[in-house]
Amino acid sequence: MKALKNAFREILRYPAAVGGLVILFLLIVAAISAMIFIPYDEAISLWRGDEAVVYTNPKAVPPAWMNFFTSEKLPVTQVINSVDSPKVERVVEPHSDGTTDITLTYTFDFEYDRFYPEMVLYFDTTFDTKQPFVAIRWVTPDGTEIRVADIGVDRSLSYRFAQDDKLTRRLGGEVAEIGLFKVPDSDPPVPQKGTYQMRLEGLTFEPDSTIEAELVMYGMVHGLAGTDHLRRDLLTPLLWGIPIALSFGLVASLGISILGMAIAAVGVWYGGWIDEVIQRITEVNLVLPFLPILIMIGTFYNRSIWLMLGVTILLSIFGGQVKQNRAIFLQIKETTYVEAAKAYGASDMRIIFLYLIPRIIPVIIPALVAGIPGFVFLEAALAVLGLGDPVLPTWGKVINDASNNGALFRGLYYWVLEPAALLALTGLAFAMLGFSLDRVFNPRLREA
Amino acid sequence: MSTEVQPLVNAEATPKKKSSSGSLRILQYIGFRLVLLFLTVVVGVYLTILIANMGGFVDQIMRGQIRERITLQVQMNRTYDTLTPEARSKLTSEMIAVEEDRLGLNQPFAIRSFRYLKNALTLDLGRSLNMTSDTGSKQVRLIILERLPPTLVLFGASNLLLFFSSLYIALALSRKYGSFMDKLLIGLSPLSSVPAWFYGIFLILIFAAMLRWLPFGGMVDAPPPETTIGYILSLLKHMILPVFAWMLSSIFLNIYGWRTFFLIYSSEDYVEMAKMKGVTDRELERKYILRPTLPNIITAFAFVLIGLWGGAIITETVFNWPGLGQAYYHAVGLYDTPVVVGITVIYAYLYALTFFFLDFIYALVDPRVKVGSSGN
Repeated sequence: MKALKNAFREILRYPAAVGGLVILFLLIVAAISAMIFIPYDEAISLWRGDEAVVYTNPKAVPPAWMNFFTSEKLPVTQVINSVDSPKVERVVEPHSDGTTDITLTYTFDFEYDRFYPEMVLYFDTTFDTKQPFVAIRWVTPDGTEIRVADIGVDRSLSYRFAQDDKLTRRLGGEVAEIGLFKVPDSDPPVPQKGTYQMRLEGLTFEPDSTIEAELVMYGMVHGLAGTDHLRRDLLTPLLWGIPIALSFGLVASLGISILGMAIAAVGVWYGGWIDEVIQRITEVNLVLPFLPILIMIGTFYNRSIWLMLGVTILLSIFGGQVKQNRAIFLQIKETTYVEAAKAYGASDMRIIFLYLIPRIIPVIIPALVAGIPGFVFLEAALAVLGLGDPVLPTWGKVINDASNNGALFRGLYYWVLEPAALLALTGLAFAMLGFSLDRVFNPRLREA
Repeated sequence: MSTEVQPLVNAEATPKKKSSSGSLRILQYIGFRLVLLFLTVVVGVYLTILIANMGGFVDQIMRGQIRERITLQVQMNRTYDTLTPEARSKLTSEMIAVEEDRLGLNQPFAIRSFRYLKNALTLDLGRSLNMTSDTGSKQVRLIILERLPPTLVLFGASNLLLFFSSLYIALALSRKYGSFMDKLLIGLSPLSSVPAWFYGIFLILIFAAMLRWLPFGGMVDAPPPETTIGYILSLLKHMILPVFAWMLSSIFLNIYGWRTFFLIYSSEDYVEMAKMKGVTDRELERKYILRPTLPNIITAFAFVLIGLWGGAIITETVFNWPGLGQAYYHAVGLYDTPVVVGITVIYAYLYALTFFFLDFIYALVDPRVKVGSSGN
């Protein structure tokens, strides 16, 4: 225990180790909070990107905090739903003939330097036979009123401003997203800042008939992490990618180190044909193509991350490290205290686990920690090749989506940079810690 | 196949029974070693064949594909319109049988797997199932030969540059141990935990997407330049980013490894002795440090060379480099077992041969080592 404390104090003398530990701590905190605040089922549903979950998100736009760094403020998504938004004022006026006037007034601010790229009004009405009628009016900050449309509304109509040709013609050939927001007669069009109003003057023909409408103005920036081509918020895969990457790397490295160590110890201790078989398997393993086998299994069988993890471990436990461990065990086997243990009649298992293995742990731990990034990147690499887990949101899949959709070519750098930065951070944290541990546990390297 | 090459690989010879006379002992040893390595190759290749066929599972996929393709072919063909449905289905099943026969699917997989093994081991690589070379050939040999030069050019340049520059820098650092440069480069070694394809994405982002200085990927401009000089210049331009990515991902760790290794050797008594005698620095480096570490340098170099085979699947994919790695990847995607097995068996042979010859090279360059005696 005291030795462990000393070792820890020793580690803190290395700035690289402290840096690595701090990053790791932050990552673990983020991972745990991700799992608490976005439960697994919700994360999966968000990542599956069902229409109902993501329809209010814009398509492939950078995160909202980009606005802090640019002088030109890009519009942020605004979603105003008449059901619950305080920005909507509702006036209901029933008439004696069974018809009702329902007026919904949407009031919102627009303080951006660019136009919204897309605007949709999602209606949700109830009626039996005769559909309600709605007149859409638009009031700009300078008080001008524009007639947008007069339409009969079906149960769930999506009114897309840009696709209304009549409106476009009325706006002088300008598409609605620009025409409704521009300073009058500006050319090229300049956005007019201020408070806008959209009025829906509805008329229903049945007593129980209702009109609700959700105005969605899709921004050019969105949320903390931006969105992808399927309108999914990238925050989900970025946050959920942390626990997945950490656990994949940790389990793979830990499993391979421990099993590899046990195999080498057993081989050295029993010697003879057991040792011979282990060495031959190691050599066969070196001939086997590691990555192609993983790719084949992913292509032919199943792309589940846990299967990949299992195959990775299976193909690596007889890897090069068995040879290294073997060389060290061969030396330890000859030491006097092992001789003493044999003399007092210790069992084979006792000698392997209490005499051989503890001696090699200082060598194993730094290698284990430094080995984690390799597996974290392996998981990402498989995803980049299109063999990512079909269900789980991971960083590699985000990069894969980005490159499949030409993110770099289209200048959508955030899409690649966000998962890449997290990957690099994770890799570097473990590497820095591992390298420092190596120097603490193997003082020979320090002197050299 | 991106085999991680550790700079300090210590290829150890198998401990041998002590036998009496010199040359007989060596012959015995060589024979034993060859048999062992050959068995290793056999087992490795057979396992690859089993995996590449998923233990026969790929047969079912292929059968399904054949059935679908031929049924469609018969349906679409106008000349068969006059046939009765029975005659047509008979024709379809006959054609399917012929096609299955052509691909050898009518034999049980267990038997076929051994035929595959024999063909692979005798380097009779046969014909691919789906892939074709750019010249239209289906011969696996030609497909491999066509993809080999791009891989050799790219990874040959990268790895040789990497190997010699890290050796040179490491030697310089080990002589200036503790200097600022030494500390800086050692401090940078965790950067090597990031793989080349990942640096590749960053480099493409900076130099191709943002600055538009260099191409996103590929090997030459499209269409390829007419003149040889133009072709070479275009090739070089496309090579800059992948070579740089490859170097970045390994050089710091390689320097770290070699430097530590050289440091251990430069603290030997005979080096101190030579220093006191007034041997010049260059002489000291060449004769007193490099010479005794030659076996390790050769080992590392040998592994660098065989690591060239197969290129690197992901780096080639990221840079869209038409090399062996990409061919390997496409072959898997097309269930093209012959190509997969072909590339693997050549790798296995190269690996085994390298292992075999290393023993002799050791004995040649290091008088303390004798062929057949224990390595350590």
